[in-house]
Amino acid sequence: MSNVSSTDQKDVVDLKNPVLAGFLAWLVPGLGHFYQGRLAKGVLLSVCILSTFFYGLYLGSSPELGWGRVVYASWRPGQRRLPFLCQIGIGLPAMPALIEANRAASGKKPLFGGFMAPPRPDFNDSTAGLRRQALEDQPTLDELHKQLHRYFDVGTAYTMIAGLLNVLAIYDAWGGPVIAESRRKEEDEPETGSGEPGK
Amino acid sequence: MVNPLLAAVEAYDFWYAVPLVVAVSLVYAATRHEELGPILSHAMRIGVWIVGFMLIVLVVLLLVSWFT
Repeated sequence: MSNVSSTDQKDVVDLKNPVLAGFLAWLVPGLGHFYQGRLAKGVLLSVCILSTFFYGLYLGSSPELGWGRVVYASWRPGQRRLPFLCQIGIGLPAMPALIEANRAASGKKPLFGGFMAPPRPDFNDSTAGLRRQALEDQPTLDELHKQLHRYFDVGTAYTMIAGLLNVLAIYDAWGGPVIAESRRKEEDEPETGSGEPGK
Repeated sequence: MVNPLLAAVEAYDFWYAVPLVVAVSLVYAATRHEELGPILSHAMRIGVWIVGFMLIVLVVLLLVSWFT
């Protein structure tokens, strides 16, 4: 590595424990980079990703409905919330949705005034039982769409994109920047060739 | 005559794309570089590319809606 220029050396990053860094990056956007000492990048990623997520949450809120209506977990047939698979990419900020879903499944009332609670099952869903009882104060999915209009979809898109962006951040915390990696490979190849000057 | 595609959405709805373009450009560029300077210049290029691509799609959709 002695022939690496000073500009290239900046790109060679000490990733410490990459698996732990990746896990921390999933848990809170930017945390994996802070752990690795990549402070500027950690700040940049956490600001971009968290502000996108919270702006999406804000768009999917209203004084009547409360906060965080566009992020919720539900696997019931007819109410499967597939966007949550993208939203959970942001880690801890989307965790209340899992807590609320588990509470509703066991018939307990939502916490935090229904923050990230799943919508109340429709009346034609005869299998809802405990869930409907637990979520009797919550709006139905139809009511959410009716009151939030297109902001339900815009907020969903924002929070999904934030979760997906964090997947990029997790990869970066685990494997380092992509260009640095390709440069490292380029640097290794000439070294192998020049190791045998006689040939 | 009002274009049906533009009538379907309020004009100011397009502004919701701006924060997303900024965030996506910055995060994508951050996965390619380590220093802030190259990240910002790469993000600028990606941002212009995304907006250009969106404009091309808009023009195609306008043409499609115009001819149908």
